Order: sequence, then structure tokens, then C-alpha cells
Amino acid sequence: MSRALILLRRRVVGSIFVLMIVIIGTFLLLEAAPGDAVDAYVVATGGDAGMIELLRHRWGLDQSELTRLATYLWALLHLDLGQSVTFSRPIRDVIVERLPNTLLLMGSATALSFGLGSLLGIYAGARPGSARDRLLSIGSLALYAVPGFWFGLLLIVVFAVNLRWLPIGGIETLASDKTGLDRAADIATHLVLPVSALGFIYLALYLRMMRAGMAEAWRQDFVLATLARGLSRPRIVLAHVARNALLPLVTMLGLQSAQMLGGSVVVESVFSVPGLGRLAQEAVAARDTPLLLGIILVSAVLVIVINLLVDIAYALLDPRVGANEAGA
Amino acid sequence: MSPLRRFLRTPEALAGTLLLAALIAMALSASLIFPGDPQAIAGPPLLPPFHDWSLPLGTDRLGRNVLAELFHGARASLAVGLAAAAAALAIGSFVGTLAGFAGGLVDEVLMRITDAFQTVPSFLLALAFVSVVGPSLGVVVAAIALGTWTGPARVARAEVLSIRERDFVAGARVIGMHPLEIAFREVLPNALPPVLAMSSVIVAAAILTEAALSFLGLGDPNRVTWGGMIAEGRAVLRTAPFLSIVPGIALMLTVLGVYLAGEGIVETTATRRGLS
Repeated sequence: MSRALILLRRRVVGSIFVLMIVIIGTFLLLEAAPGDAVDAYVVATGGDAGMIELLRHRWGLDQSELTRLATYLWALLHLDLGQSVTFSRPIRDVIVERLPNTLLLMGSATALSFGLGSLLGIYAGARPGSARDRLLSIGSLALYAVPGFWFGLLLIVVFAVNLRWLPIGGIETLASDKTGLDRAADIATHLVLPVSALGFIYLALYLRMMRAGMAEAWRQDFVLATLARGLSRPRIVLAHVARNALLPLVTMLGLQSAQMLGGSVVVESVFSVPGLGRLAQEAVAARDTPLLLGIILVSAVLVIVINLLVDIAYALLDPRVGANEAGA
Repeated sequence: MSPLRRFLRTPEALAGTLLLAALIAMALSASLIFPGDPQAIAGPPLLPPFHDWSLPLGTDRLGRNVLAELFHGARASLAVGLAAAAAALAIGSFVGTLAGFAGGLVDEVLMRITDAFQTVPSFLLALAFVSVVGPSLGVVVAAIALGTWTGPARVARAEVLSIRERDFVAGARVIGMHPLEIAFREVLPNALPPVLAMSSVIVAAAILTEAALSFLGLGDPNRVTWGGMIAEGRAVLRTAPFLSIVPGIALMLTVLGVYLAGEGIVETTATRRGLS
């Protein structure tokens, strides 16, 4: 356990540096955006030149850039992301409200793509070069080439418009007063299509990685040894070949999280899921740059946390990871 | 057997090449076959496909020729895909070579910056960049490159780390070459092959990102893009789903072509290396 802890400490220190760079980056983008918070405020509420001057002074916007960066950092330290002009509310509150939907969508889509992807990968990799392997490889490549938002629209046309099996969008039936299990079931039916749209595309990635890892493992001596020992084929495939190919997929899980957050922007827009991604699109449409950059910061923190969790899982799964650092 | 013949012998590579050739032909012939503005009105609105042979794929909500839009859209996809990938590969190999060759503090700082770029979802970064700077083809290219250079940078750095220990690099030092000259004239060209092997994946990702940006209304407003066409068709998804489906198929075939051809090239070069 201490091995994982030492690894965690090292990663956390590194992550703080990375987060600082992201913060400075968002600050620079905020500076580059035309207009500032006062302009946005005045556009929304009106005001004369004297008031603009006063507001600039009060919000510290007439200070030097370094001072403003310091103010920005100080505010972030207090988890204050500023005020959203479009929602007339603190950005933090808006994001906290939307985050659970995105986490639910991403979590389910990850489970779908990882679970089904690795299973199909095992099926393909059990006999590399066979007909089913080639078929699955080509199929997964085609799936990987599908734009997520278009796949979502296609699902809507088939399952919501023509077959009417599933709702066309949203996260739950509005004003239905459902509670408990009924509400959970309602949310689940609403999530089937967006989760499929997001999950099926990344499924191809896990399938291909699993298959490639297994094809690699088949060539190694220890697999030859299991064959020589006369182990049954399913046992060799599952306990030896697939198990060795599984570890890189766990790393991919962390690396993919940033991609998936990006993908959820379009998928949430297509299915009108009120999540972080749709919020980002709303922020762009309303030219609410502080809100957009707040979302970027929160996503970066999310990605860092997910990768930390994956690193811990990795250290627990593979005793070789971090062994050197723990010994030092 | 020549590498080209070997390349075309695998069915996947052949299919990919044909798809790409068709796409390039579409992009190049767009102005010849469909001269004038593809966004001009050509017929009655919402004409279904295969009804009128002067408008084979029908018309959209405003009566624009879908086939003409499709041809002109191929240009945007191809141009953005290639330009963004070229920029990403150039930035990536530059940063990676610098980090790997210089080592020490330079390496540490550059790699932390790379980490930071990988931490921010690249699509959100592109979204923010385009919305701050304003949509145009060049900005979209820059925005996509901004999120994709990190992969090539990591690969280039890893490659440079092993190449810089070789004898010819020591030789270049002995004859008094400037370290920057060694890094970019001696080491970088040798580190390129694995970096270039990533190009098909990057081109494909760039095409898909451009389509997603256009779908959200952040593409160049003066150009026809497939993503924009899909967004247009979305308004009449119930009555005329083909308007969204057709450009999506074009996108999918394009990306598939890029993948297949890319895999074919990687496989061909791998067998050649294996033979020599």
C-alpha cells in the first residue's frame, strides 16, 4: 500500500505544476478575448462611462497583468471561478449543477466501451489472423471513423423518431414528479442513446488495443510454455494472454478521459443533456468566455483526478509499477 | 516487388487508397463540375435524393444543391485535415526534439507544458480558441493543431533520447557543430519515421474535429463544410433525415480511407524493414 502512496505523492506534486500551467493558459486566453467582465456586465445591465470606470477599478481590471493574475489565482484558491453573465450566477454553482450529468454519461459510456470493447478484443485476439479477427478489426475501424455527433443523430432518427422506443433527448421527463427507482429508470432510458453514441466510438479503441496486445502476447515464450504444459485453450486465452494485454487498457482509460470529455460536448448538444459539455456549447453561443474557461479548468482537474485514480489502480494491479520509487 | 505494388496488394490499403483518391478528385473537381457558389439556390427546397437527375442528391432546406455542397465540403475537410496535421507534426517534432536533445530544465519545462496540453480536453481547447479568436479556416486549423501536437512531441522526444547517444551525434559534436544544428539537422531527421507513422491518425482526428466544430457552428461561415451540412439538416431531421445522413457518410468514408491507407503504409514499411 505504501508503494501506491509514494507514487501518489509524486504524481500529486507533478499535477500541481501542470495545473498551474493550465491556469496561466486560461488566464492568457481570457486576456486575449475581446472585451472584459465589465463590458459584459454593462452590455447585460447598461451603464455610463463613469460607472464603467468605477467598476474597472473596483474589480481590479485597471491593475497590471501580473496583479490580475495574482487576483485570479487567489480567487481560484477560494474555488471562486467568477460570475457568469449569461446565467447571472457564480460559475462554480452552474458547473457543480451540471457536473453530475456529465459524470454519469461519461462513466456509463466508459463502462460500455471498456467492457464490451475488451470482451470483443479478447474474442478477436483469441485467434489472431482468423476470419472473425479480420472482420472485427475492419468493423472497429469503421466504427472509429464515425463522427460521434452524427452517430447520435442517426440513433435519434432510428430509435426515437421512427421506432419511438426511446426519448429524443434531455436527462429526464420534465415535471413528472418521479422519485426513487422510477426516477432512476427514467434517467436510464434517457441515457441509453447518448451513452451508446459516446461509448460505441471509443469501444473500437479498446477492442483494437486488446487485440493488438493479445497478438503480441501470443508470440512470447511464456505462452509457448503454457501450451507445452497442456493447459486448456480458454484458460491460456483468459488467464495468460488476455491478462497480459489488459494492463495497457487501464492506462488508456485515464488517457481517454480527456478525449471523452471533449466528445461529450457534441453528444450532450445533440441529445440536449444538461451537462458540462452542453454548458460549454452554451457558453460559446453566448460568448461567455469566463464560463467557458471555468469549464476548461474544471475539466482539467477532472482529468488529473481520473489519471491519479488510474495510476493507483495500476500500481495495485501490477506489482512492478513504482517498486523502484518505493525502494529509493 | 516494388513497395507500391506490395502496398496495393493488401485489400485494406487498396480500399483506403481508392477512397482517398475519390475524395481528392472530389475536392479538385468541385469548381469544375459545380462552378459558382455552392451555397446558391439551385432548385425547390427539400427535394429528396434521386428524384431529379440534375440534382441527384436533392436539395436542402434552402434549395441548395446537396451534391455540389458535398463536393465543395470535401475541400474544407481535406484542407483542414492536412494543414492541421502538418502543423501538429511540425510543432510536435520541434518541441520533442528540443526537449529530448537539451534535457535538464528545458526538457522538464517543455514536458510539463505538454502534460498541461494533454490534460485539457483538446476539443474544449479548440472550442475556446475558436470562440476567442473568431471562426475562419486558418483559426480552425490552429485550434486543432493546438490540441494534437502533444502526441508527436512525446514520440519525437522518446526517439531523440535514444538517438542522441549514438556515435554520429558524438562525431558531430567533435567537429564543432552547434548543438542546435546537431539537434535539427542530424537528430531530427532520424527521429521522424515513428512520428510520421502517426500522421494518418492525426489527419483523421483533425477531420473529425473540424466536422464537430462546424457542427456546433464554429466553422468558417463562408465555406461549405460537411459538419455544417449535418447541423443544417438537423433542423429537419424528422422529415428529411437524408440531409444529415449523406454528409455523415462522406465524413465516415473519408476518415476510414485515411485510416486504411495509413495502416497500409505502416505495414508496408514494416515488412520492408523486416526484409532488409
